[in-house]
Amino acid sequence: MAIPVSYNIRNLKLRKGLTIMTALGIALTVTTAIFIMALLAGLNKAFASSGDPLNVLVLRKGSTAELSGGFDASLLPTLRNLPGIAKDKNGDPTVSGEWVVVIVLPRKDGTGEVNVTVRGMMPDGLEIRRPKVNLVEGRWFTPGQREVVISDSIHKRFANANVGDSLAFGKGPWKVVGIFDAGGSAYESEIWGDVNQMASDFDRQGGYSSAYLRATDPVSADALKHRVSDDQRLKLEGMLETEYYEKQTRSGAPIKFVGLLVGIIMAIGSSFAAMNTMYAAVAYRGREIATLRVMGFSRPSILTSFVFESLLLSLLGALVGIVLMLPFNGMTTGTSNAVTFSEVVFSLRMTPTVVGYAILFAIIMGLLGGLAPAWHAARQNILTALRG
Amino acid sequence: MTLTRFVTKSAFRNKRRSALTVLSISFSLLLLTLMMTIWRSFYMDQESEQSSQRLVTRHKVSLTFALPMFYRQKIRAIPGVTNVVPVSWFGGLYKDEKPENFFAQFGTDPEEFFKVYPEFQMPSDQFSAWQHDRAGVIADSELAKKFGWKIGDRIVLKGTIYPVDLELNVRGIYKAPVPTQSVYFHWKYVEEAVSWAKDTAGTFGIMADSPQNVTKVASAVDDNFRNSPQPTKTESEKAFQLSFVAMLGNVKAFILSICLAVVFATLLVSANTMAMSIRERTREVAVLKTLGYTRGTVLGLFVSEAVVIALLGGLVGVLAAIGIVQAMAHASGTGLFLTGMKVTPATMLVALAVSALVGFISAMVPSYHAAQVDIVEGLRYIG
Repeated sequence: MAIPVSYNIRNLKLRKGLTIMTALGIALTVTTAIFIMALLAGLNKAFASSGDPLNVLVLRKGSTAELSGGFDASLLPTLRNLPGIAKDKNGDPTVSGEWVVVIVLPRKDGTGEVNVTVRGMMPDGLEIRRPKVNLVEGRWFTPGQREVVISDSIHKRFANANVGDSLAFGKGPWKVVGIFDAGGSAYESEIWGDVNQMASDFDRQGGYSSAYLRATDPVSADALKHRVSDDQRLKLEGMLETEYYEKQTRSGAPIKFVGLLVGIIMAIGSSFAAMNTMYAAVAYRGREIATLRVMGFSRPSILTSFVFESLLLSLLGALVGIVLMLPFNGMTTGTSNAVTFSEVVFSLRMTPTVVGYAILFAIIMGLLGGLAPAWHAARQNILTALRG
Repeated sequence: MTLTRFVTKSAFRNKRRSALTVLSISFSLLLLTLMMTIWRSFYMDQESEQSSQRLVTRHKVSLTFALPMFYRQKIRAIPGVTNVVPVSWFGGLYKDEKPENFFAQFGTDPEEFFKVYPEFQMPSDQFSAWQHDRAGVIADSELAKKFGWKIGDRIVLKGTIYPVDLELNVRGIYKAPVPTQSVYFHWKYVEEAVSWAKDTAGTFGIMADSPQNVTKVASAVDDNFRNSPQPTKTESEKAFQLSFVAMLGNVKAFILSICLAVVFATLLVSANTMAMSIRERTREVAVLKTLGYTRGTVLGLFVSEAVVIALLGGLVGVLAAIGIVQAMAHASGTGLFLTGMKVTPATMLVALAVSALVGFISAMVPSYHAAQVDIVEGLRYIG
């Protein structure tokens, strides 16, 4: 026969101070774990949602990122004539030769400088990205003008980044004419302008660092990718844009490493604390447990009851931890992209998976902390305990 | 029985509880020490004498832009500059794309390299062998150990930024005071192989004649190139390294919040234990007071007991942290950020002080209540 749950709840309520303090300790651990998991979830989301499976990115062979080197502009017409490319509104192939550079901008809060990606693109470049990117303020840049559009997060995080302001980089000021929202993707950390203007500003005429081709459908995207890579004359490599960003998720490796370390150490510490509390609970109730045994409750039911109590305690902690973290949900931050060295902006995301893992984490702590004391409680000698 | 003996005896009268508390506190303190060590090596480390005399010049726009090689002679002419070498990031792949096989690779000029980095130790025969082999490379001793490189070995670096695969011969293995996990080769090799890399350098390493002149040299260099097509940004080596830490994001806030959470959690654990153990002894307190112990002494006894337990936890934690840092600094694949990290005596002292303080604060409230207990009430208390 099982011991009623209300018995455990009443017990937890009886030793309020002890319960609250232990639960708070677990809550802090859970909060830290959620914080780190939410960071990683946000970062993964930034990369996972980036790129469009219909876009084929073309880089020089051997190069791993848009930033590393480039290829001659004379190769672009060859790319343009490849089969399987969608037509743009003028009936031409949707192809954008682009220049990507990294510039340094000071953070608004004065905590240092950040590398920001500046991308020069052809008019088709905007069309290629339109499905993923929305204009929230102003207008898109006009080709041939010293105009840029900036992402919403750059607008929020850097000084002088409003529509109408000027950003100084390259050979002079660039007018900000619009702000776009990239929905948490890697574009969220970029500044866009006309490719020819950019190239001349950075003395990079006559070449492109990458090219984007818009395929008509997923099958031709795949064929296009192979066609680019297999062409011996081009010495270029084609990949789906989604594949390119997938590789960059390793930027989260340092956070993951530190996070795992912190999470595990804190969890072990908290398990010991929970164990302490549960041992005390068992010790206080030696007589009570013996009485329960006399009344006919079996050892297994006492064991389950105490493990359950420990679980309740840790779940309470998890709940508090989750509530403590809620205000931070959606907070944006940035880290360095390990591939491009530029900043990638992402937000803390408490996804259901993160919350699920946090609860699982708390359950493990509760089990670790509760098993030994519960075992101890179940094994007590009835007579000695009754006398004690 | 002396009071000290009384304290230690009562601290461990409930062995299991004390052990669990000590363990719990030690894990928290372990984490705290790790975080402080990371903080220290990022923001506070005393740089070596040579490092404080060194500067790095890069393109003002960003590191991804190269500088013209003729800048080297111009920088050399600036008063206060003793030596200048090109240091260009190659960013190639060794074996494969796995992060554990990644390390820093720089192209430089062997003639002057050791004048700018005098703290790197290498036998002179290896030095001349490196100088005379255009395809020669020298490797950090820790890195050479990790990959099992010996003098004469051939390593291939597959270019990602530069379209060239470097076939290099290991000519020397140098020892750096702080492991660098880097290799250095002749930049000329790349310049000859890649037309657009000719006469360029990624950055310049500059040795100033004294640490006091570093700021002066930095602004002199930048002034010199202010109006040229490739303006420069020159800063001390430490500042240059810090800019990489800054790129990781708001590391300071991240570490601080973890530290705060850890300290607070420790406080809770310790307070919890003390509350439990003091409540059990209400009767004992009354007996002590009957025997003539004053409130102050009783208070002191309990507080010292908590401090002893917390300190012990702190000690175990710090010792574990030293072991972990040692293991991480020498392990492969943990990245360049953790190389050369050490737990300093100051960090240990701070960690121990924090644990003692935590013990002290956690015992204050329950001990105060215990000391206030009315003797008759206390004697009647049955727990």
